[in-house]
Amino acid sequence: MQALYAQLLVGLINGSFYALLSLGLAVIFGMLNIINFAHGALYMMGAFVAYFLLNNDYLSIGYWPALIVAPIVVGIFGMILERTMLQWLTGLDHLYGLLLTFGIALIVQGVFQNYFGSSGMPYAIPDQLKGGMNLGFMFLPIYRGWVVIFSLVVCIATWFLIEKTRLGAYLRAATENPTLVRAFGVNVPRMITLTYGLGVGLAALAGVLSAPINQVRPLMGADLIIVVFAVVVIGGMGSIMGSIITGFALGVIEGMTKYFYPEASNTVVFVLMVLVLLVKPTGLTGRAA
Amino acid sequence: MTALTDDTLPVAPRAIRDEMIVFVVMALLLASVPFTGIYPFFVMQALCFALLACAFNLLIGYGGLLSFGHAMFLGTAGYCSAHALKVWGLPPELGILVGVAGALVLSIVTGYISIRRQGIYFSMITLALSQLLYFLYLQTPFTHGEDGIQGIPQGHLFGVFDMTKPTVLYYVVLVGFLAGFLLIYRIINSPFGEVLKAIRENEPRAISLGYRTDQYKFLAFVLSGTLAGFAGSLKVFVAQNASLTDVHWSMSGEVVLMTLVGGLGTVFGPVVGAFAIIAMQQYLAGFGQWVTVIQGSIFVICVLTFRRGVIGEIAHYLRRSL
Repeated sequence: MQALYAQLLVGLINGSFYALLSLGLAVIFGMLNIINFAHGALYMMGAFVAYFLLNNDYLSIGYWPALIVAPIVVGIFGMILERTMLQWLTGLDHLYGLLLTFGIALIVQGVFQNYFGSSGMPYAIPDQLKGGMNLGFMFLPIYRGWVVIFSLVVCIATWFLIEKTRLGAYLRAATENPTLVRAFGVNVPRMITLTYGLGVGLAALAGVLSAPINQVRPLMGADLIIVVFAVVVIGGMGSIMGSIITGFALGVIEGMTKYFYPEASNTVVFVLMVLVLLVKPTGLTGRAA
Repeated sequence: MTALTDDTLPVAPRAIRDEMIVFVVMALLLASVPFTGIYPFFVMQALCFALLACAFNLLIGYGGLLSFGHAMFLGTAGYCSAHALKVWGLPPELGILVGVAGALVLSIVTGYISIRRQGIYFSMITLALSQLLYFLYLQTPFTHGEDGIQGIPQGHLFGVFDMTKPTVLYYVVLVGFLAGFLLIYRIINSPFGEVLKAIRENEPRAISLGYRTDQYKFLAFVLSGTLAGFAGSLKVFVAQNASLTDVHWSMSGEVVLMTLVGGLGTVFGPVVGAFAIIAMQQYLAGFGQWVTVIQGSIFVICVLTFRRGVIGEIAHYLRRSL
């Protein structure tokens, strides 16, 4: 039973990353009509920024500040991308956004691979979160518990921001009809830029969280983003809460598969995607696209 | 969905005569390669990728469907052919047939699943399916995992043509490529191809005219996948191996890049794009991962400034379809 709970925890952690990433994808898709293929590369950048901050002799900034600084740095990088490139795709077919961001992902990953090779670099768990707790039925490493709870809080906060605040209301309105919202005097292009920054910042945050668990590697986001795409196909991008729940649920299912049938653990999400498409082609949360 | 067509595709009516002239010139140029001293292996490799890119272009350029998993057909056909040739000891013609049949079955299954969603979702689904297949091939014993199937015998095609000789092999691959190219050209110019274009331009309207658009898209997917498989089977004879790189998502990305560089929805664009990208990889092989960076940069430049591609720009300038 110990092993089952351990895999369940691993599943919850992967689920946190799926949720944070698919949430960002959904928010970006809503405003920019672009599927951000660079999401995995920017997740990786988040982890690398944390790594640099810690290992730079002059800075040696630790985990806690990195948790805030890395998403901001990567978010600004994303906003520059949006201003210089993505904004020119308005009105073009969806596929160009996919191709452009795929190119950006190749560039970012290639540059990092040139300087750091393909092997992983360790990132130490901060002192405050070292060690573990005995919960009676299992041993819980504190850092892993922290990742799950913190991700959940961030996801809920993002949901609250978009669904319950005035800013979120503007955002949702601009998703439905940008021209009309502009007519009301809202600066929609700036909102689009900030939205891209927000989505990308969430990816970077996931990167920082995963650095102590998965090591820091240039290709850490390359395979992950494909799984997240499958998550997005299963959940649909219509609802924020849908993305969060689907992300966590698929992580847990993947973890259970690792326990019961390890051979299928890296294919189970894709198989589930096939099943969902066969039964309910529009995805679980239902809006046709 | 009009942006793709407005910006990238030549508006001039198709000029079959022009295209046939270009085709004959291309065929003659390629046929003369063994007399020029150009390394035939390079051209053969490029021909296989050119056919793959043409098959991919059938789907994106004429059906408006961006598949991000076309490597799965290349790799699957490659594994099937390699297995048939090496383990079953079949002659080359049957080996190719087994590979193409494998790709046909795979494209029927994956087409049935992926055609249920459109646009951006279709791309994500094909990518996810090819990743699923990648992990399957990583684990099943018949693909030999990371090693791949190596040392594949080339044999005698139809018992006559000795494919161990580079020149003979070259002409076999060339004939295969030209046959595949002409078949795609025939499909594009058939009534079926016209309906496909109508669906790409305006699907609701095509539906209202009574076309079962899903069936057309499914058939286009199967044709494209099977032809991509044919390219994979030919590639087995050139490379004499079948490995996981052929199924990897980066290969799917390269096919997209080739077609984009040459020109989406042009007849000759994918061929030009394939030669350009393969040549680039050949000359820049010493630069390691910078090749990835350069490929990414080409993607960005093409999408931002050069959406018609090489052949698309030329066709636009000449006001002809190419």
